[in-house]
Amino acid sequence: MSENVDTTLAPKKIRPPSGRVSRLFESKWLGWVALAIAVAAPFVNATPYALNIMTTAAIFVLLASGLNIVVGYCGLLDLGYIAFMAVGAYTSGIVAKAFDLPLLFTIPVVLVMTVLAGLIIGAPTLRLRSDYLAIVTLGFGEITRITANNLAITGGPSGIFGIPGILKIGDFDFQQPAVFYYVTILVVAGFVLAAARLGKSRLGRAWRFVREDEDAAEAMGIHTYKVKLLAYTFGAIWGGFGGVLFAGHLSAVAPTSFVFLQSALVLMAVVLGGMGNMRGVVIGALVISLLPELLRDLAEYRYLAFGVLLIVVMLFRPQGFWPARGYEPERKPAEEREAVAVAGEQR
Amino acid sequence: MSAVLEVKNLHIAFGGVKAVDGLSFDVHAKQIVAVIGPNGAGKTSAFNCITGFYKPTAGEVLLKGAAITGKRPADIAAAGVSRTFQNLRLFPDLTVLDNVRAGMHLYGGQNWADAIFHTPRFKRSEAAYTEEAHRWLDFVGYTGPRGVPIRNLAYGQQKQVEIARALARKSDLLLLDEPAAGLNYSEKQRLLELCHRIRNLGTAIVLIEHDMGLVMEVSERIVVMNFGREIAEGTPAEVKANPAVIEAYLGRDEDGEVQSHGDA
Amino acid sequence: MQLIWDGLFVGSFYALIALGYSMVYGIIKLLNFAHGDLYMLGAFIGFAVLSSLGGIPASLSIGALLVVLLLSMLLTGTAGVLIERFAYRPLRGAPRLAVLITAVGVSFSLEYGISAIAGPNPRSFPIRLEGEVFNLIGARVSLPQIVLMIIAGLLMIGLNGYIQNTSTGRAMRSIALDRNASLLMGINVNAVITRTFFIGSALAGAAGVMAGAYYGKIDFLMGFIIGLKAFTAAVIGGIGNIKGAMLGGLVLGFVEAFGAQWFGGQWRDVFAFAVLILFLTLRPTGILGERVTERV
Repeated sequence: MSENVDTTLAPKKIRPPSGRVSRLFESKWLGWVALAIAVAAPFVNATPYALNIMTTAAIFVLLASGLNIVVGYCGLLDLGYIAFMAVGAYTSGIVAKAFDLPLLFTIPVVLVMTVLAGLIIGAPTLRLRSDYLAIVTLGFGEITRITANNLAITGGPSGIFGIPGILKIGDFDFQQPAVFYYVTILVVAGFVLAAARLGKSRLGRAWRFVREDEDAAEAMGIHTYKVKLLAYTFGAIWGGFGGVLFAGHLSAVAPTSFVFLQSALVLMAVVLGGMGNMRGVVIGALVISLLPELLRDLAEYRYLAFGVLLIVVMLFRPQGFWPARGYEPERKPAEEREAVAVAGEQR
Repeated sequence: MSAVLEVKNLHIAFGGVKAVDGLSFDVHAKQIVAVIGPNGAGKTSAFNCITGFYKPTAGEVLLKGAAITGKRPADIAAAGVSRTFQNLRLFPDLTVLDNVRAGMHLYGGQNWADAIFHTPRFKRSEAAYTEEAHRWLDFVGYTGPRGVPIRNLAYGQQKQVEIARALARKSDLLLLDEPAAGLNYSEKQRLLELCHRIRNLGTAIVLIEHDMGLVMEVSERIVVMNFGREIAEGTPAEVKANPAVIEAYLGRDEDGEVQSHGDA
Repeated sequence: MQLIWDGLFVGSFYALIALGYSMVYGIIKLLNFAHGDLYMLGAFIGFAVLSSLGGIPASLSIGALLVVLLLSMLLTGTAGVLIERFAYRPLRGAPRLAVLITAVGVSFSLEYGISAIAGPNPRSFPIRLEGEVFNLIGARVSLPQIVLMIIAGLLMIGLNGYIQNTSTGRAMRSIALDRNASLLMGINVNAVITRTFFIGSALAGAAGVMAGAYYGKIDFLMGFIIGLKAFTAAVIGGIGNIKGAMLGGLVLGFVEAFGAQWFGGQWRDVFAFAVLILFLTLRPTGILGERVTERV
C-alpha cells in the first residue's frame, strides 16, 4: 500500500515507514511468503501433533481476521466473538449429523445462521455506546454458551461428537490430517485476503470513518448503523467459517470451547498485532496461538502474561505492534515536488 | 418555489433552555447567506437541527420543497445537504485523500463483492475516487501532502480539507460553521474567493461566522440571531443599520430607547 | 415468599458490587471490567488472612469475619487504587476503545495472577457461616443470611451518608457533573478519583469475603459472572446513580429468583443478561437515570 511514500513528507510525530524491518513488513510479497511457509511447513514436520497445532493456529488466524473487521476496522469492541464460531460449529455439526452430510454441504445453512446471529446480536446493540456494546456482547457470548450447554439439540454439556468429515470423493478422504491442513490453509488464506481487500474498499473506508468520528461520518451521508451492522455481519461470517473448520478438525463440538477466555484470546491477537492492519493481526494470531506451545513450561503464567501484555501494549503502543499506517502514494512527481516545497516552507 | 432551503419556525429546547426559538429563513440557489449573532445565540444549534443531529421540537425544514425535518443525518446528507463543523471533525488517523473520499461515499460504484474479488468495476471506481479527491483538493487550493495522516497537518490545511470533503459530497446546499475561525488574513481572503467559486458551481452556502468584515463582503443576505430568535434579516447594508442588531451586539442604551426585541 | 427473600439476599450482593461499578462510571465514565475480579480478589485476600491466622474457634466466627472483612476491604481498596494509578490514569483522555481493552487486560491479569498464586482449583473458605434456619413469614431464613444482609445494608447506608454529607462526597458529585469545572474550582480531581476507586473496590472486596464465608467455596473465575450481573444491576438502576445501583441490585435479585423459578435454574444467567439487553435497548438510562441529550 505504501511502498513508495516519500518519507520527507511525513510529519514528525508519526513514524514514517523506514528501516529494513518495517519495509520488509510493508512489502507486497509478505502475504505470498507467509502462504509459502504455511504450505511448506508439513514437509518439515508432519507429525499428527504438529499438524494439529498448525491447523488450530490457522483457524485462529481466521477468527482474528474476522474480529479485526469488527474491532480493528469499525472500532466496535466485541467481547463475545467466539459466539459466532459456536453458532457456525454447532450448526454445521448438527446439520451434518442429522442428514449424514459431509460438512462442506452444511456451509449454506451455516452462512444463513451466522448472518442471522450477527443481525440478532447486532441489531439491538449497535445503537448503544461503545462501552455498553462491549459488555452486551460479553453477555451474548455467555448466553450462547449457556444455551448450548442446556439444550438437547446441542448435546448439552458433552456437546456433539462423531461429526462427519468435510468431504469424501471415492477413496480420497479430505479428513486426513495433512489434507485437512491444506484445506484449512486455503480457506483461511482466502478469507484473510478478502478481509484485507474489504478494508481497502469503499465499505472499509466507511468502517474507518465510523471508528474515527461517527458524527462526521453521518454528516457525509454514511448510514452509520447500517455500516456497523455490516461489519458485524461480516465478522459473524468469518467466525462461522472458523466454526465449520473447527467442527471438521475435531469432529466434535462442546460448550467448553466457547468460553470467554477464547473471545479474549482472539481479541488479544487483534490488539497486539495492530488493530486494523491485517498483516499485523495475522502475526498476532500466530504468536498468541503458537507461543504457548513453545513455552510449555510456563503454561501457568501464560494467561497472566497475556493480560499484562495487553495493558502494557495499550499504555505504550496503543496501536499494537504493527499498526495500520495511514500512508498512501502521493499523486504525480510534479505535484509532489510542489508539495514538498510547501511543506518545507511551513517548517 | 425555487428556494433550496426553507426553515420555518424552527424550535429546539434543551431542558428549559430554548436554544432556537422560532427561526425562519430561506436560501435560494446560488445564494450565500450568513447567520450571525453573539455567542450562544443558537446558530450552531440551528445548523444541527437542519442537518438532523438534533431533532427540532417544533418547526419544519424543507430542502428543495421536500420536508427533511427530523430525518437522520445520513438521510439529510443524501438528500443534498453537506456541512463542516465548528471545531474540525476530520478523521485524524486517516490520510488527507481518505478524508476527502469520505465525502464521496454516496457515489457508490462498487459493492463488497467487487472489493473482495477486485473486479474491474472496483478498480475503475477506486481510480475515480482518487482522481476526484485530488480534484477537490485542488479546487480548495490545498497544496500540502496528501498521502499522510491528517492529524499533524497545520490547522489551516485541515480546514481546507474539511471544506474539500464537504464539497466532494456535491450537495445543493453547503453549511459552513465558522469557516474563518483561526485563519490569518491571507487565508481569509482565499476563503472569500473560494466561497464565490463554490457558489459558481451552483451550490448555495449558509455560513455561521463571527468575522464581520468577511460576512459583510461575502454574503448576499444575513440572518441575525440572538437568544434563539431571529432579530433581523436582510442585505448587509440593511442589517448594519438595524437598531436591534446594534443592540444585540453593543448592548442597550441606558435611556431605553431601543426597546423592541422583535422583527426587523 | 421464599423467592422474594432469596432475591433480596442475592440482590444485596449485586447491589454492593454494582455500587463500585456505578461510582467509578459516574466519575470517570469508565467501565471497569476488572471490578468483578476485585470481588474475587477480596475473597482470596480474606482466604489468605484467615489461613495465616490459623484455627479459629467456630464460636468466634462472626467476630473474626468482621475483622477479616475490614482487613480485606482495606487491601482490596488499595489494589483498586493501584490499578487506577498504573493502568487507567495514564490513559485518561485516550480513545474509549483503548481504555476498555486495558480494563479487559487488568481483569485477565487479576484472574490468572490469582490462579498462578493460589492454583486454578476452587478453594474452600476456612470459615463457613452456619446457623439455624427458621421460618419468617413463610420463607426459610438463616441467621448468616440476616447477618450478611445487615452488613451489606450498613455499608450502603454508610456510603450514601458519606457521599451526601462530606466534602469528598460533594467533590465526587461535582466531578461527575463536570470534571474540568471541578478542577477549576480547586478540587483535587485525582485525589477524589483515587478515593472513589478505593471505596468501590473495598465494597467489592467486602462482598467477596461475605460470599466466600457464605458459600464456602472460592475460585479465580468467581468474579466474572458476578461482575456482569453487577453491571446489569447498575444499568437497571441507572448507571452512575448510587441509589439506582442499590435498587438495581435488588430488582435484578428478584428478577433472577423468579426467572429461575419459572424457567429452571440453569437459565438463571441467560435470564439476567436478557434483562440487561432489554434495558439497554429500551431504556439505557435505567430506572432512576435521567435523560441525557448528547450534544454534537
